[in-house]
Amino acid sequence: MSDQQKSDIDEATGTEFVGHEWDGIEELNTPLPRWWLWTFYATIAWSLVYVVLYPAWPLVSSATQGVLGWSSRGELAKDIQSAEASRQEVFDQIAAIELANLPDNPALMQQAVAGGAAAFKVNCVQCHGAGAAGYKEYGYPNLNDDDWIWGGDLNEIEYTLNHGIRWDGSDETRLAYMPAFEDIFDRDQVDALANHVLSLSAKAESSAAGAELYAQNCAACHQPNGAGDPIQGAPALNDAIWLYGGDIANIRQQIKAPRHGVMPGWQNRLDPVTIKMLAAYVHSRGGGEEIEAPADVVAETDTQEIASAAEAGGDGKS
Amino acid sequence: MENPDILDKPSDGKSDGRDWVAALTQSSQSPKAAARGLSPKPAPPHLELYEKRKSVHTKRIDGPFRRFKWFVMLVTLTIYYVTPWLRWDRGPFAPDQAVLIDLAHRRFYMFDIEIWPHEFYFVAGMLIMAGIGLFLVTSAVGRAWCGYACPQTVWTDLFQHVDRFFDGDRNARMRLDKAPWGPGKIARRGSKWTVYLLISMVTGGAWILYFADAPTLFVDFFTGQADFVAYATVAILTGTTFWLGGFMREQVCIYMCPWPRIQAAMLDEKSLIVTYKDWRGEERGSLKKAEREPNRYGDCIDCKECVSVCPTGIDIREGQQIGCITCALCIDACDRVMKDIGRPRGLIDYATLEQCEAESSGEPAQPAWKALLRPRTFIYVGVWGAIGVSMLFALGTRIHTDITVSPDRNPPYMLMKDGSVRNSYTLRLRNMEARPREMEIALVGLPEGAKMWTDTIGLDAAEPRQTVEVPANETKIVRAYIVIPKGTSAEEFSFQLTSLDEQTEQDAQETTFAMPGDF
Repeated sequence: MSDQQKSDIDEATGTEFVGHEWDGIEELNTPLPRWWLWTFYATIAWSLVYVVLYPAWPLVSSATQGVLGWSSRGELAKDIQSAEASRQEVFDQIAAIELANLPDNPALMQQAVAGGAAAFKVNCVQCHGAGAAGYKEYGYPNLNDDDWIWGGDLNEIEYTLNHGIRWDGSDETRLAYMPAFEDIFDRDQVDALANHVLSLSAKAESSAAGAELYAQNCAACHQPNGAGDPIQGAPALNDAIWLYGGDIANIRQQIKAPRHGVMPGWQNRLDPVTIKMLAAYVHSRGGGEEIEAPADVVAETDTQEIASAAEAGGDGKS
Repeated sequence: MENPDILDKPSDGKSDGRDWVAALTQSSQSPKAAARGLSPKPAPPHLELYEKRKSVHTKRIDGPFRRFKWFVMLVTLTIYYVTPWLRWDRGPFAPDQAVLIDLAHRRFYMFDIEIWPHEFYFVAGMLIMAGIGLFLVTSAVGRAWCGYACPQTVWTDLFQHVDRFFDGDRNARMRLDKAPWGPGKIARRGSKWTVYLLISMVTGGAWILYFADAPTLFVDFFTGQADFVAYATVAILTGTTFWLGGFMREQVCIYMCPWPRIQAAMLDEKSLIVTYKDWRGEERGSLKKAEREPNRYGDCIDCKECVSVCPTGIDIREGQQIGCITCALCIDACDRVMKDIGRPRGLIDYATLEQCEAESSGEPAQPAWKALLRPRTFIYVGVWGAIGVSMLFALGTRIHTDITVSPDRNPPYMLMKDGSVRNSYTLRLRNMEARPREMEIALVGLPEGAKMWTDTIGLDAAEPRQTVEVPANETKIVRAYIVIPKGTSAEEFSFQLTSLDEQTEQDAQETTFAMPGDF
């Protein structure tokens, strides 16, 4: 290639060399196609149009706005608005339906559960945890299991959500206080009672003294067999689930100086549809109970209607 | 590129009675060779910074390669325009379009094959096959893709026929190009560009029909009810077809397309390419000159037919170059001239560089197909075929029932009132048949008394196995709750999904059961 180094012209193409050479490979001064030049001018023209139409030049605290008034934040607001508009129909349907009838409409129930899951992540996870499993250390209850202090059907869950528990913001809040027995029982009595409580779920031996103390002081709310009473908010003592822990030390402490958790009511902070959806979500976590037909309804309706109502409830059981 | 090795190689054989040694000696005195420094250097041409496009006006030609090109054009354009209109009955639960890319529902239908997103490896396999197919074709027959099947080539060819229909053949078109604008020229250009535009619109319009039900979309499109994306896509593709096929043409191949560069790197001296046999053609001279000095001139009579038929406007006699798409129309042109003047065909021909060199040193010409018989071709065919066969096997043996399981991790387990332990799982049940199917979910490997219920089957109906209906062509998401009795424990187990139809397809996935002691 020594000839070519001296020559200005490449023999094969008739094009000038630019004079750069790498290991015998030389660069040719091949002209660009003219349409390429026009494309380049077109991009310049487009950039001028763009600068006028869209936000472009950075200024001190913002940028030039552009004639179209477009902004990425505005775009986001529009997207959120259209997402909300697309959800509105479902919201309206949920608003129109009785919560108790929601399980009869599986598609709507599914939407409600999904909406409730989203609302739960924003409003509830701070105490109940992302998986709704609660925190035993603080007495935040687990919402996945089948143990409900205040009742676990859709209506009861909605009521709890609306009015809270021991919450001073609502006159209708769930209210129940267990008396402290610290100054009433002596040490042996507390021990005997704690053992009797554990014996209800066959975890300890009861004693005559313990059984007597329980019958006199506890059975009124917690029931003689320890099944508890959701109407009074008295927890069941005969199952495997303990809000504050099921060992003897915790039970003893709960007898002497009970801890009482507080849950705020949400009726003034969330709209009714969101609360309905939250109730559906909590109910769907796997431990929700069926709505039982109240006793006075049983008296008034014939059995066939009750059977069909129960069936309807059963279909929607999550 | 003039290969000096070929030119300078001493020739000791005579293949057809011509004095090739003399021809080769003469050819080294050609003007081209002179530029290498044998004669005084010519003055550098005036160089422009930017080069105006030189219009290419191809001359009509007929011959085997032109007919092959017609055939390929007919087949490819027919496939492109007609395919979306083919119907294929898949029953009431799936579209009846033979080829459909259903982006909204994430399905790809091709006759009896239906690809789901989780089977994307079929598409990946096809891309790998396309890659190896490119190696195969390029190493065997050079830039055959460029010459015959590339959309840019096919549509450029089509548009050049439109040119010929309106403006006449090469010379008439060149005259019209130079002619001043008048009513006649405006009328011709207007009607020609209208036809360009119509072809472009049909081309852009056919594209969108692959992505939705063709007859419905067709009606929607013309009644203004189609999606904005449909109109935008058609507008863009109409514009690019009009511009690239009608005006840019060979500029796309020469300046825009990366393919020529990639393919040029994949060729070797054993690949079949369109070559001008300079050892036979040089020195060029007209028939009259050759009559006067029979020993001086080669077979090329410098009629420039090869240049005038070339769709990219190059001169193949300058050797291999990026502008050559190997469409072989110059072979047709040259063969016809050689026949007319009574010289053997194949002055321009499909040949390998190796074969050219052998022929120039006097060895007899070999049939072109023999160049295909070499290990590289067979290895590519083997690999290509192996992937194809294994994909067909996978396609033929795949089942249309599928389950995937993801256990809840927060919380991992749940203690129930009665001391039993519950775990929750999200199941994805896929029914890849175009009809609803009953499927049974069974638990394998859990202790006696384990029960399952779901978000639609209540706790009161909890059983070790459950039957659910999975809609046609869908993935059903089921939340499953499993409880094992107090005192038992479990670790690994499987969900087993069985279709309750005559196929009784079965799929299973193993997962874990979390217990309080595990954490």
